[in-house]
Amino acid sequence: MKVLMFGWEFPPHITGGLGTACFGLTKGLTKHGTEIIFVVPKAYGDENQESVNLVNASDITVDYEDTTYQEYWNRITYMEIGSNLIPYVGPEEFKHIVEQNEIDSIEKEKSVLSKKFTFSGKYGKDLMDEVSRYALISSAVAANSSFDVIHAHDWLTYPAGIAAKSVSGKPLVVHLHATEFDRSGENINQSVYDIERKGMEEADKVITVSNLTRKLVIEKYGIDPKKIVTVHNAVEPIINKGSSGEKKNVNEKIVSFVGRITFQKGPEYFIEAAKKILDVDNSVRFVMAGSGDMLNKMISRVAHLRIAKNFHFAGFLKGDDVNKMFLMSDVFVMPSVSEPFGIVPLEAMRSNVPVVISKQSGVSEILIHALKVDFWDIDALADSIYGLLHYNALSKVFRKFGKEEVDNLKWENAAVKVNDVYRSVI
Amino acid sequence: MRSICFYFQVHQPFRLRTYRFFDIGKDHNYFDDYNNQAIMRRVADKCYLPMNNLLLNLINEYGTAFKVSFSISGTALDQFEQYTPDVLESFKKLAETGCVEFLTETYSHSLSSLKNKEEFVKQVESHKKKIEELFGVKPKTFRNTELIYSDGIGEMVAEMGFKTMLTEGAKHVLGWKSPNFIYCNAINPKLKLLLKNFRISDDIAFRFSQQSWDEWPLTTEKFVGWLNQIDPAQEVVNLFMDYETFGEHQWVETGIFEFMKNLPRMVFERTNFTFNTPQEVSENLQPVSAIHVPYPISWADEERDLTAWLGNDLQDEAFDSLYSIYEKVKYCDDEQIRRDWKYLQTSDHFYYMCTKWFSDGDVHKYFNPYGTPYEAFINFMNILSDFIIRVDKCSESKEINLEKIKEKAAKLSSEIGK
Repeated sequence: MKVLMFGWEFPPHITGGLGTACFGLTKGLTKHGTEIIFVVPKAYGDENQESVNLVNASDITVDYEDTTYQEYWNRITYMEIGSNLIPYVGPEEFKHIVEQNEIDSIEKEKSVLSKKFTFSGKYGKDLMDEVSRYALISSAVAANSSFDVIHAHDWLTYPAGIAAKSVSGKPLVVHLHATEFDRSGENINQSVYDIERKGMEEADKVITVSNLTRKLVIEKYGIDPKKIVTVHNAVEPIINKGSSGEKKNVNEKIVSFVGRITFQKGPEYFIEAAKKILDVDNSVRFVMAGSGDMLNKMISRVAHLRIAKNFHFAGFLKGDDVNKMFLMSDVFVMPSVSEPFGIVPLEAMRSNVPVVISKQSGVSEILIHALKVDFWDIDALADSIYGLLHYNALSKVFRKFGKEEVDNLKWENAAVKVNDVYRSVI
Repeated sequence: MRSICFYFQVHQPFRLRTYRFFDIGKDHNYFDDYNNQAIMRRVADKCYLPMNNLLLNLINEYGTAFKVSFSISGTALDQFEQYTPDVLESFKKLAETGCVEFLTETYSHSLSSLKNKEEFVKQVESHKKKIEELFGVKPKTFRNTELIYSDGIGEMVAEMGFKTMLTEGAKHVLGWKSPNFIYCNAINPKLKLLLKNFRISDDIAFRFSQQSWDEWPLTTEKFVGWLNQIDPAQEVVNLFMDYETFGEHQWVETGIFEFMKNLPRMVFERTNFTFNTPQEVSENLQPVSAIHVPYPISWADEERDLTAWLGNDLQDEAFDSLYSIYEKVKYCDDEQIRRDWKYLQTSDHFYYMCTKWFSDGDVHKYFNPYGTPYEAFINFMNILSDFIIRVDKCSESKEINLEKIKEKAAKLSSEIGK
């Protein structure tokens, strides 16, 4: 089986769980003998290519005089929509985008149709142009390669998937890692929503990362339930470098939150729960790692509650620092308001850290050894954290069985399900 | 006799390095040595050395007719010793002329007067000692960090034996009254108060090079003209400013050095003013009335209040957390802890957490190592968290020692009993 796969990011150049999930899935698929051509808008050269043949869309030249390309382009222009949207933006980039906007606006018109286009591969203001151009190049790739099925990850690559399908006539599978409702709450961006729905309508099969997302797709996008299959994410096993290597520098127990500090992740519930615990027990330290548009508000809140001596902000953690954070943690908390899946608790459990997660996360559907609370139930959240901190029997069980549980969540197993989906559409 | 009283504030904080959460409990070095040294060197070359030299020349030229005063924070003195001993030497030369008065303040340029009397007194004493050691004169005049003053603070200062204190001639305190007289503390009238004439002082310190100002450019002639317009009954013009005005806030190209160089000659030729130190002014003049300052004032910003350092959640949390460990620190004799305790109290750390950006944003940004007040807060709290761990350890070991001593004593007494 040969798959033409479209993704927007690939490790190590990632801003969230999407790239990690794509990487894990491709690795799992390769183990079952599936071949993958993976197209990214921009490759940096240091990606791990053991499982995929990585195609850098920035490297592909397009001669727009060529009539075949004009034909492709005509098919794509239906989605030429407003360009002033900043969805999904990595917090670090937000600043750059604002600064760059003014300079870039004149340039882009010609560049989309120029022979060679350098993708930023980011989530900037010119996203719509990049998405269109990416789709155009994808048609070229589709026309010149042989494969059995097309697989597109998240809305950014759906136009590419649709274009590839119409050029090649091969079946299309779209994968939903997050919907517009997860990113923006009820105030969705209509253009993004339209692309998402169009992608799912054109697709032969839709894969959602949780039943929560599956339900949402049925209710909010009106997609035929028969078309939708849930395949839960998994986690790469950790290469164990002696997990006790990183020692904690403080005596207190550490409770951590790792994730973007945005509405979707529910950082404020973590803070309120911390306050409740610190009121009765100040031998705990809370750490919030990450950045995002709610960071300053959260800092003010912590200062206002007068808990800053025990509540720390660690900033945006990269690579090894994330594992370091887990190794120091006694409890990990993910109080997400809306989380299609949520891969981070799995990473925490993999490092022997017991977790508290919200019932509103997709990952709660598959985890047994995790405490689950409603994100808004601060008392329950505080209770769970306190319990894991103080009742050793509890945390011991969670640590042991949680680790086992996560080690059994293999991408290979997820890949079997994805392969089944492929077979059902060919 | 009518006096011009110059007082220059010299202060540099020990700026903090980027201190991450992962450093807590592991790394106890809090200060950005590289930047502190680089900034000190730069300011030394642009301001301290050339301006000290200029003042020394003026004193040599006019003898005892030209006098000024300085308040140099302990953190600045420590950094002179560490990074720019040449600056310290040039201040010593100024001290030798006898025409320069050195004032006392809190050692670490702290806000302790607002929070903890015991610590405040301690810091004032240690600064006094340091000045005496370095310059060979016992300071007699007090000025508090950022000219912060209230009736209560004045009372504490009087209690410590000071007869004179400097503060801001804040409009909302003075009302119709002029800052060009001597006033006294409302609780203890023995403490005389010299009030900053903020209009004329800020004309030099802030507006000197501001081309949008309708009086720009400010020449010595124009300035002396203003002095002559002051009602002859008014006795003293207090010109209080940051020393960094010369060469740093106002660059050499603005002509600020020329302005100062020519000022004494013009004053002697065209006015009946003399130059005096705060102590002389205080000895020569009698207070005209007491002023009532129930709530603290300062010389900062339009509001002349404390909101540059305290008042928002970030600042209050950091400030309260810091002083909450006072009782423990008090009994620590670890030298490093005592030093860090001092340096962490410097008011600048709280200034960086200020969230009011409006009219005074520019001054706030000056030398500010942080992009946002939030970053300043996180960094300070990370450091403070580590510091608290160290202090706790220190006081724990104290307690253990105390226990041991008690045990020993009990043992001994029981043996004696036998």
